[in-house]
Amino acid sequence: MNHLLIAPVVLPAIVAPFTIMVLRHHLSLQRIFSLASTLALLAISLVLAAQAANGTVQVYELGNWPAPFGIVLVLDHLSAMMLLLTSVLALAVVLYAIGSGWDNRGRHFHALLQFQLMGILGAFLTGDAFNLFVFFEVLLIASYGLMIHGGGTKRLQAGVQYVVYNLLGSSLFLFALGTIYSVTGTLNMADLAVRVRELSPDDTALLRVGAIMLLLVFAIKAAVLPLHFWLPASYANAPLPVAALFAIMTKVGAYGILRMYTLVFGPEVAATVGLVGDWLLPAAMLTLGAGAIGVLGSREIGRLVAFGAIASMGTLLIAVALMTPQAASAALYYAVHSTLAAGLLFLIADLVMERRGGAIVAQRPMAQTGLISTLFFVGAIAMAGMPPLSGFIGKLLVMDAARDNDLVWWVWTVILAGSLVTIVGMARAGSEVFWKSHDTSHIREAEPELAEDDSQPEQEDVAQTAPALPFVACFGLLGNLVLLTIFSGPMMEYTDATAAQLFDPSIYIDAVLRRAEQ
Amino acid sequence: MEILFASAVGILTAAGIYLILRKRTFPVILGLSLLTYGVNLFLFATGRLMVNAPPVLNKYAEVAYTDPLPQALVLTAIVISFGMTAVVVMIALGAYLSAKDDKIDMIEDAERAGDDA
Repeated sequence: MNHLLIAPVVLPAIVAPFTIMVLRHHLSLQRIFSLASTLALLAISLVLAAQAANGTVQVYELGNWPAPFGIVLVLDHLSAMMLLLTSVLALAVVLYAIGSGWDNRGRHFHALLQFQLMGILGAFLTGDAFNLFVFFEVLLIASYGLMIHGGGTKRLQAGVQYVVYNLLGSSLFLFALGTIYSVTGTLNMADLAVRVRELSPDDTALLRVGAIMLLLVFAIKAAVLPLHFWLPASYANAPLPVAALFAIMTKVGAYGILRMYTLVFGPEVAATVGLVGDWLLPAAMLTLGAGAIGVLGSREIGRLVAFGAIASMGTLLIAVALMTPQAASAALYYAVHSTLAAGLLFLIADLVMERRGGAIVAQRPMAQTGLISTLFFVGAIAMAGMPPLSGFIGKLLVMDAARDNDLVWWVWTVILAGSLVTIVGMARAGSEVFWKSHDTSHIREAEPELAEDDSQPEQEDVAQTAPALPFVACFGLLGNLVLLTIFSGPMMEYTDATAAQLFDPSIYIDAVLRRAEQ
Repeated sequence: MEILFASAVGILTAAGIYLILRKRTFPVILGLSLLTYGVNLFLFATGRLMVNAPPVLNKYAEVAYTDPLPQALVLTAIVISFGMTAVVVMIALGAYLSAKDDKIDMIEDAERAGDDA
C-alpha cells in the first residue's frame, strides 16, 4: 500500500491541533506552520497526480481491513485532480490571509483552515459513502468557524442561517444513507455499485428514494437553484478570503454528484436511469439564469461574486447533468477554471472591500486603483467566460458536449444569454467601482452603515502599508488561469482520461474489491 | 413494535420540520435537534428491528444476531449531531447578543428600525 495516499488527510489533521494547542499565542509561528503544511499538501498532491496519471486506481485500506469491511481511500484521476485544485486554491488563500492580516482579526484562523482542508481532501479521497458524510461534517464544522471569523453582527446572523441550512442538509444525507443501506446492506461505494446492479427491478422503489435524497444533498452543497439560498448571504458576509476557499466547497457537491451517479447509480443502471438528467439539467439551467440575474442586481461586490459563483455552478452542473463522457470531461475542465476564477474574484473583492467598502457606488479613488481594476477586469473576463481566458474554452466545451442532447437549444440559449447578462453585470460593477471614481461629479460619500463594521480598518492605514503578499496570491491564481488556457490541450487529454475512467466503473470496483487478485 | 417505531420517527421528523420553519432561532434549533433524533432512530432501524439479539456473530451455534453496522453509524451520527447542535447554539447566542434579536432572517437595519417604531 502507498502510504502517501493518506497524507492529505493526516497532515492537516496533525498540524491543526498542534496549531491550536502549542502555537495558539504565536501568530507568526502559526503562519509558518500553516504555510508549510499547505505547501507540503501541494507537493503531495502533485506527486499523487503524477502517480494517478497513468490510469491506475490506487486503494488505501485503513487498518488493513479489506473492502467492503473496512473504509478505503481511493485515488483515481478525478480524486487526484480535485486534490491538486484544492491545494492550489488553499495556497493562494493562505498567502492572501497572511498578507492582508485577515488571520489576525479573530482566533484560530489557520487551525480552522487546516481542518477545512482535511475535510475537503478527505471527501475527495474516500471510497465509503458514510465516510464521505463524516468528511463533509469535518469540512462543514471547520467552515462554520471560518465563516464567522472576525465576528460582527451581520456575519453572525448569516452564520446562523448557513449552519442551520447545512445541518438540515446533513440530516437529509443521513436519511439518504440509511435508505440506501437498508436496501443494499453496504455503504462502500464500489460494493454499492455491484449490489445496485444486482437488484431486481421490482425492489428498487426504496433505492430510488435514497438516490433522489442523495442527489438533493449534493444539490444543496452545489447550490442548485431551489436549494441555493444559503450561498449569497453566507459568501458575501463571510470574510472574503474564506469565501475564496469556499469556492471549492460547491465543487465538493458537484464531485459528489459526478462520483455517485457514474459509479453507483450510473447511467446504465436500470433502477435509477434518468434520475440525474431529468431533474438536474433544468435545475442547472435555472441556476445559471438566477446567478446571472443576481450578478446584474447586486449592490455589493461580495454578493456580486457570490452570484457569479452560482452562475458558474449552473454551467458546471449543466455539463454534469448531460451524463456523457464528453460532457463530464468538459465539466471537469470548467470545474478547475471556475474554482480558480471564483477564488480570484473573491480575493479581488476583498482588496476592494478593504480599501473602500463593498458597496457598488462611485467613490473617491482608492489606493492601487489601477492595479486592482486591472485584476478585476481580467478576473471578470475569466468569470464571464470571454476569450482569451479559460472560461471561454470551458463554456465552448460544455456547449459542444450538449450538441446531441434533446434540449440543446435551451442549453445554448441559457449559457449564451447567461454569459451576456454576467458580462453586463460585471461591466456595470466595474465601471461604478473603478471608472466613475475618477469623475468627481459621480462621487457620493460612503454610506454610514459601512463605517459601523469593526472589521474595516482605516482607509489610510491600508493605503500606506499595502503589503505585496495579497497581490502575489491574486497573480498566482491568475497565472494558474493563464496556464490552464495555454495548456488546455494537455489538460483536455487529462480530463478526457478522467471521464473515460469515470464511465468505466469496473476499473474502480475491481481495484477496491481486489477482484483482479482473486 | 414496527408501527410504534415508524410513527416515532415520523412524528419526530414532522415536528422537527415544523419547528425549523419558524421565524426565531430557538425553535429552529429545537427543530434541528428533533430532526437529528428522528434521523438517529431511522438509521438504527435500517439494520432491521430485532429484540434480544446481540450484534455479534456466533460461530459455534445458530443464534439470532442483529446488524452491528447501523449501531456504529448511529453512534457516529449522535456524536456529530451533538457537536453540531452545540456549535449552532453558540453561534446563535452570539448573533442574539450582538443583534439583540433572534429572528433568523436577516432584515436590513432600516426595516428593523421601522419595526421597532
